[in-house]
Amino acid sequence: MSEVESAIDADLIGWRARLADNDLFHAFIHSPTAIVSTIVTLLICLGALFAPWVAPHDPFDLASVDLMDSLLPPPWMDGGSFSFLLGTDDQGRDVFSAILYGSRISILVGFLSVIFAAAIGVVVGLVAGYAGGLVDAILMRIADVQLSFPAILIALLIDGVLRGILPRGDYDQIAVYVLVLSIGLSFWVQYARTVRSSVMIERTKEYVQASQVIGLPTRTILFRHIMPNVLGPVLVIATIQLALAIITEATLSFLGVGVPPTSPSLGTLIRVGNDYLFSGEWWITIFPGLALVILVLAINLLGDWLRDALNPRLR
Amino acid sequence: MLLFVLKRLAQSVLVMLVVALIAFALFRYVGDPVDSMVGQDTTLEQRADLRERLGLNDSFLVQYARFIGRAATGDFGQSYRLRQPVDELLAERFPATFELSLVSAVMALLIGVPMGVYTALNRRGLLSRGFMTLSLIGISLPTFLIGILLILVFGVVLRWLPTFGRGDVVQVGWWTSGLMTRSGLSSLIMPAITLAIFQMTLIVRLIRAEMLEVLRADYVKFARARGLKPRTINFSIALKNTLVPVMTIIGLQIGSIIAFAIITESVFQWPGMGLLFIQAIENVDIPVMAAYLMLIAFIFVVINLVVDVLYFVVDPRLRVQGR
Amino acid sequence: MTVLLALDGLRVEFPSRRGDVVAAKNITLELNAGEILGVVGESGAGKSTIGNAAMGLLERPGRVAGGTVTLEGRRIDNLPPEAMRQLRGARIAMIFQDPLTSLDPLRTIAEQLVTTIRTHLPVGEAEARRRALHLMEQVGIPDPAVRIDHYPHQFSGGMRQRVVIALALCAEPQVIIADEPTTALDVSIQAQILDLLRRLVKDSGAGMIIITHDMGVIAEVADRVAVMYRGDVVETGPTAKILGDPDHAYTRSLISAVPRPDVKLERFPLVEHIESAGPRRDLDLKTHWLGQRRDYQEVDGPLLAVEGLQMLFRTGSLFGGGRHEVRAVDGVSFDIRKGETFGLVGESGSGKSTIARLITGIYRPTGGAIRFAGTDLTTLRSRTALNRHRRQMQMIFQDPYSSVNPRMIVRDIVAEPIRFHKLAGSEAETRRIVADLLDHVGLGARAALKYPHEFSGGQRQRISIARALATRPRFLICDEPTSALDVSIQAQVLNLLKDLQDELGLTMLFISHDLPVIRQMCDRVAVMRRGQIMEIAETEALFERPQHEYTRHLLDLMPKMVKAGDERRTAAG
Repeated sequence: MSEVESAIDADLIGWRARLADNDLFHAFIHSPTAIVSTIVTLLICLGALFAPWVAPHDPFDLASVDLMDSLLPPPWMDGGSFSFLLGTDDQGRDVFSAILYGSRISILVGFLSVIFAAAIGVVVGLVAGYAGGLVDAILMRIADVQLSFPAILIALLIDGVLRGILPRGDYDQIAVYVLVLSIGLSFWVQYARTVRSSVMIERTKEYVQASQVIGLPTRTILFRHIMPNVLGPVLVIATIQLALAIITEATLSFLGVGVPPTSPSLGTLIRVGNDYLFSGEWWITIFPGLALVILVLAINLLGDWLRDALNPRLR
Repeated sequence: MLLFVLKRLAQSVLVMLVVALIAFALFRYVGDPVDSMVGQDTTLEQRADLRERLGLNDSFLVQYARFIGRAATGDFGQSYRLRQPVDELLAERFPATFELSLVSAVMALLIGVPMGVYTALNRRGLLSRGFMTLSLIGISLPTFLIGILLILVFGVVLRWLPTFGRGDVVQVGWWTSGLMTRSGLSSLIMPAITLAIFQMTLIVRLIRAEMLEVLRADYVKFARARGLKPRTINFSIALKNTLVPVMTIIGLQIGSIIAFAIITESVFQWPGMGLLFIQAIENVDIPVMAAYLMLIAFIFVVINLVVDVLYFVVDPRLRVQGR
Repeated sequence: MTVLLALDGLRVEFPSRRGDVVAAKNITLELNAGEILGVVGESGAGKSTIGNAAMGLLERPGRVAGGTVTLEGRRIDNLPPEAMRQLRGARIAMIFQDPLTSLDPLRTIAEQLVTTIRTHLPVGEAEARRRALHLMEQVGIPDPAVRIDHYPHQFSGGMRQRVVIALALCAEPQVIIADEPTTALDVSIQAQILDLLRRLVKDSGAGMIIITHDMGVIAEVADRVAVMYRGDVVETGPTAKILGDPDHAYTRSLISAVPRPDVKLERFPLVEHIESAGPRRDLDLKTHWLGQRRDYQEVDGPLLAVEGLQMLFRTGSLFGGGRHEVRAVDGVSFDIRKGETFGLVGESGSGKSTIARLITGIYRPTGGAIRFAGTDLTTLRSRTALNRHRRQMQMIFQDPYSSVNPRMIVRDIVAEPIRFHKLAGSEAETRRIVADLLDHVGLGARAALKYPHEFSGGQRQRISIARALATRPRFLICDEPTSALDVSIQAQVLNLLKDLQDELGLTMLFISHDLPVIRQMCDRVAVMRRGQIMEIAETEALFERPQHEYTRHLLDLMPKMVKAGDERRTAAG
């Protein structure tokens, strides 16, 4: 017996070799795109997370903001100052610091709404795919109808409705959660459809029947056996939708129905700066815009790579 | 075929009824319609009277049926904010949105489809990789940012193109067209590009992915084994088979251009339905929101029907029953 | 004799990050005019690779790394792509396995034939169509003038394969490579297509290479045979010689592994040259967990009695309409005695797999009774009562690639029934039992921590068997347990099942479409067709004196490898 156990231990020690042997890991360390986009994403996320410590100024501390500093250009232009790396806005707030704080909200909304959407979508997909019949037909009809409308329209609509229901003052306070709700509710369909079609394939596989023969309850079969086998595509969708969710949040905020200017996201910053575009103070808009594009591009590159890496036929 | 179309038509009606239900629920239960219509100084009696006249005391089903009946004739009531009939507001703005969407859709298709085909056929080519990188940047650029960048470069710095509005329009019956004047056309360029880029990149990626799938199919391998010319294989066989599954999605993409116009219209202050809708949301102008929702749903339903009929033209498996 | 196609020292490599995979090592083959050369081998032997290499159709990143391909005296492996394209279809053509996916679904047969003809021959549209019609007649498609304007989906599988053959023949190629041309077809259609291929070669004087894993196909049509093993041709010779008196050890073991239709053997002859299964460590079943009988109630009569079993499937979607019922199982009754192996045989769609799923409770029958050890399972409603019976019966499935969960390690797969039914006192005991089980089925205890993808098809089937044994069942259902496996692996797995049955006194229901396998494995057999049982008999009696007409029909279609070899020998001599 001990012989067997020690053999098993020896196998465990080999995990390093196994990791090196893992196709996904191998593909990762051999793809400059994947590495660079991961690093960029991580840098922005860390910068956002530790904004209070990283940012040179606190743009929302009224005491430290001086109107005298308003509308300063970046340091390499005439009148710029090195204490404001990317210039200042109309109220004298440091654009660079505002971007760091703004990314916080953008990323927070992005992550929360993707988790929310994925949670709904995966459960609906699992249930619809496994139950089939009437349950499936109804759930998928709803999904079909919703899918015919662009997510942004659904999000706008939900947002508009919630505005109508909630009193104005309260709305600003919970704007972030309203956004998460609207974006999440408009994004769940894709997970549901993907998971459902995977479940319908998995369901017919013999390992599921083997579990039934053992006598396992449906719940166990669904979550312990089938779910792990359908999560691969979910990861890919989640990555790509994280980028989309961040864009959607920025768009809603830009349209003036998202995060209020008191605690601005990247989209809100762009909206505010847009008014100064024509008078020549381009940096107030362009730098937050650039930050947004870099973040989204990095996530998209990662998602694109992940999709190809998980689908060996495309290689 | 007739049966199939009729079945689809029935489904479409069902979809419209569901959307109407949502629109009605919005109208009836989000805020109080009476409060939104009258001023502060209206007496309780007057309110009750209005409530009775609007039929708000009737049963849910009766109100819903009445809502549908009115919607079918285009009557969505009055805008709370503008105090004008909603149908007139929409009709006035429809041409602007339609022209913008049409031009964008044509641009997205004419550029997107060939690029998708090219990148699928020359997967490893330098130009293909360039296209794919561009398309990735394309989907990473939020539409409103594209608009802002265009405005900054061509409007503010170079001063070549107008940055807002439709320019001069020509009245043709109730339709207003900006396609016939110089200023109308030059006003259209930037919004149309802005709107087209996102859809175009999606189309490129969609066509590429689907075509790569088709190129791996057995019948393509067999066509190669028969020594058919690459042109025949790529275009007569592969492209045709690619178009079947992507038709639906491309149809929906084109449809979604009308909805995405909301953003573009907002950036360029384009006087279309999208701008009206966004203002309605900011002011909780429910009748306008409900009508807009119904209109968009209607457009999508029509596109879906058209695509379904197209399937019959392209796919013999649907046309010929059984074996 | 003219040599049409010659491969000389052909080497094909597929570069990968774990080093180059050599799919073909050093292949030397010649194809003469007017002959059919069979290339036979098990999966991974490299037989399809040489066909693709000869056609210049190797998939990326595969490449010809050495040797030459010569077509009608002209070297073609180094031709530029455009020159090679002009040869393909014109001088050398290929037929693929699956006729359902080989044709462009959006174009009529006429369009596809005419395009192909006009690519290679300088003829006009009308002439091309005339030729196309002639080709359709040649390959035996009835009513060609009408059928030519139909789309592929309007043809049955066998007819589509005829269309595929017509397409390959468009420009009268001298060499035709057929890669598993009948594998996707039913047995009766298979015979017709092989006949057609044989006739075409005889009429045209072209040469044909038939690539197959099926000794029966070889016996049926090939003049000469090349046997492939791990990228090498180990033996080439006339069909009768290879089948009757092979020289190479691999060929001998391959042929002995093919189940014999004519006589029942105790065990399959031990085969060398095949994948290593670890040595089976025998357990002392008197003391071991696996050998301990538990609360099973002894029965006097049959262990399982099925009475008037019925299963209706309703198809058609809720919104789609067009619902109709399919009687998958239609009034089936049979008994299985304790300790025997009962066979169910029939063609695909005969309902035999549905019966397995009804007995094990995956489906709920729409009628009839299933009595297991005296209890009618269809009347049990409570989970606990059902589970007490389910524990006593287990099932082994057909597809080794999908019958084990790819995301679980082997230990968890095998331990799941033990944990669920609480058959072991502790986790440590569970692990020990799993290790013993893996040892016992010849995988070795070290397999416990690996994932299924690290194992071959035959090894995975052993995992499945270990999992089935983990509930200590007394009744085992085997649903086509080896039909996805190569013959040599099949022989091993079937031997293992026989051994386990002897040791553990298992009662078995053995389901297969393969009559020779049934003859080797079963004591009694039921022949099924369209959801009904045609005949039940002792195995030997059924094979020697079939009573029902349908049984005789099935027996007629059975590949007669040895007999065909004999006939060919006399014909050649």
